[in-house]
This record gives sequence, structure tokens and C-alpha cells, in this order.
Amino acid sequence: MSKNLKLITDGLVKNNPTFVLLLGMCPTLATTTSAINGLSMGLATLFVLVLSNMAISLIAPAVPDKVHIPVYIVVIATFVTLLQLLMQAYTPSMYETLGLFIPLIVVNCIVLGRAEAFANKHGVLESACDGLGVGLGFTCSLTVLGLVREILGSGSAFGFNFIGGNDGMLAFVMAPGAFLCLGYLMVLFNKFLKKD
Amino acid sequence: MAAVSNLKNMVMVLGLTCLLCSAVLGGAYALTKEPIDAAAKAKTDKAIGAVLPAFDETSYESVDVDGKTYNYYKAVKGGETVGYAVESSVVGFGGPLSLMVGVTPDGIVHNTSVLSHAETPGLGAKCNTDAKFMAQWEGFDPSAKILSVKKDGGDVDAITASTITSRAYTEAVKNAVDAVKKLEENDHE
Repeated sequence: MSKNLKLITDGLVKNNPTFVLLLGMCPTLATTTSAINGLSMGLATLFVLVLSNMAISLIAPAVPDKVHIPVYIVVIATFVTLLQLLMQAYTPSMYETLGLFIPLIVVNCIVLGRAEAFANKHGVLESACDGLGVGLGFTCSLTVLGLVREILGSGSAFGFNFIGGNDGMLAFVMAPGAFLCLGYLMVLFNKFLKKD
Repeated sequence: MAAVSNLKNMVMVLGLTCLLCSAVLGGAYALTKEPIDAAAKAKTDKAIGAVLPAFDETSYESVDVDGKTYNYYKAVKGGETVGYAVESSVVGFGGPLSLMVGVTPDGIVHNTSVLSHAETPGLGAKCNTDAKFMAQWEGFDPSAKILSVKKDGGDVDAITASTITSRAYTEAVKNAVDAVKKLEENDHE
């Protein structure tokens, strides 16, 4: 069990997809305009990652090498579409904010990356733990990045405004601020947290 | 160990995967269709309710104004038309900007609400959150005030640093008002 636990914590710190592996930069930069958006995008990816990791670890032995990428992509796309339908049905307001980025989870290299690097060589439980770890790592990174950008850019945190008014530093809500925040957070993360 | 990559295996695995995945998605689609439609309807109903005075029922119709088709909900209370909720879409700063504009039969804007937009977060996106900008549409009378932003000599207070969005918003409201004017004319003919 401790091995599975280690897989989860590895995903959070040592293999953190955003700050260490630098995967999935497109949704990272685009959706983290606020802490809530970052959190929702992270959870959406977590959902797909865990399920696709489990499914792929199950079918991997039966898949011929030459067609493994198309098979994995079809599996991942199925889970993403499933998620999209569910969000549309039960969390329409969240779907409105993230709608555009949900289909992009299909091409998020974290998901295919974990399928290729981990799930097709390991068992279901291990793969699920790996997906959970990496997904949580992604969720935490996106939430922190979203929080920093929201505090600087809109003067609020998780939608709670504490400066009264709308006068944050706009640059942080837009693309340049995303790059700046990501860079600085990466530096801090690697200095204080990443231990080999 | 991975299966041998011969034609038979590849076709079979790909075919089976696709079949299974489409079956799952087909099932999910059938299951979620009802809640998705309900959610879309709830959203529209909410928007209509927000932009019009109290009504009993609405009917969905459309009208052509200068070659452009506008869909609107006609709200009726006790047999009398109390207003029209017009879906008005223009090009904003970042893409299409869709509004629901409530106009009473005398041509006065009752209220407006944003259906969807793609404006810049923190700038143009404020058209959906800025209380001062949104409040000015309540009871806006186009016969007494000019429907264009102050910069263009009108009476609409633009959102700071988002003139283009404000202009687009104003244009959408103006289109809706014109559509209702046309409707009323048609009714009296």
C-alpha cells in the first residue's frame, strides 16, 4: 500500500506535471484566470486521467503496438466527451466557463503521457494511484496559479473580493501575467519543494 | 505483453475499441439529453425573467429587420403583451456578444442580460458584472436618451477601458429596440 501512496505523493511533488514535468501548459496558462477556474480545470483533468489510466492499464496487453496511440486517444476522447456531457447536464455554469477547454483535455499531453509512460506497463490499482497523484498535482498547481493571478489581477480570492472594486493589476488576468506567475511559481517550487 | 501487430489484430482491436466507446457515448448522450435540455431551458427562462416584467407565458417567434433575423420571446400577461425579450447578437471585442434584451411595447428597455460573451476577463467581461454599467439599462428610454456611448456623443456610460465592448453592447440593445419597433409597427398595420 505504501507503494501506491508514494505514487500519489510523487505526482504531487516529484512528478508535478506543471512545475516539474512542464506538461499541459495550454490549459494551465489559459484557464487559471481565477482560483475557481483553475480548480475546476484541474478536477476535470483528474477525472479523465484516473479513468483513462485505469482503462488503458486494463486493455494495454491486448493492444498491438502499431495501433496503440489511436486506441489510447479514442479511449481518452471517450472519457472527455463523457465528462463534457455530464458537466453540460449537471454543472452548466461551470461548463460555460470551461466549455472551450474541456475538449482540449483530449490532447493534453499529461493524459497521453501518463498512459504511455505508466499505465500501459502497470496494474489497474497502481495506474489509478498514479492518475490520482498526477491529477492532484495538476489540480493543486492550477489552483495555486489561479489564486495568485486572481489576487494580483482582480483583488479577490475564490471569488471573494477583498479590495472593494475591480481595480486589480489587469496584466495578471491576461496572458503575460500567466507566464510571469507560472515562471515565478516554478522557481519557488523547485527551490523549496523538489527534493530528489 | 502486447499483442502481435498483424492486420487481423490491429483491425480487431481498433474496431472493438471504437464500437465500445461509441456505445458508451451513445448511452451517455441518451441519459444526459434531458438534463442538458432542461439546463438550457432554465438558463433561457432565467434570462427572460430577468429582463421582463412579470408575465404568465411566453411564445417564441422571430422577425426580420433589415435582412437580419431576430428571435424573441413575446411575454403575455392576462391577454396583453407586456414585453419582448429579444435575443440580440453582435460582434464584441473578443467574439460574438449575445444579449437578451427586454423591451416593453412602448419601446423602453426594461432590462438586459448577457447570454454569452468572449470578452477580455477583467476588461470587457465586466459588461456582465459591473453594477454601474448594468444598472443604466434598466428603464432606458431610447426616445429620451441617445443609444450610443458618451464618447460617441450618446448617453451610455461605457465600461472604463472597454469602449469597444460597450459600443457592441449598446449596438445589440439598439438592434433589439429597433426590432421591437418594427414588431409594434407590424402589429398596428
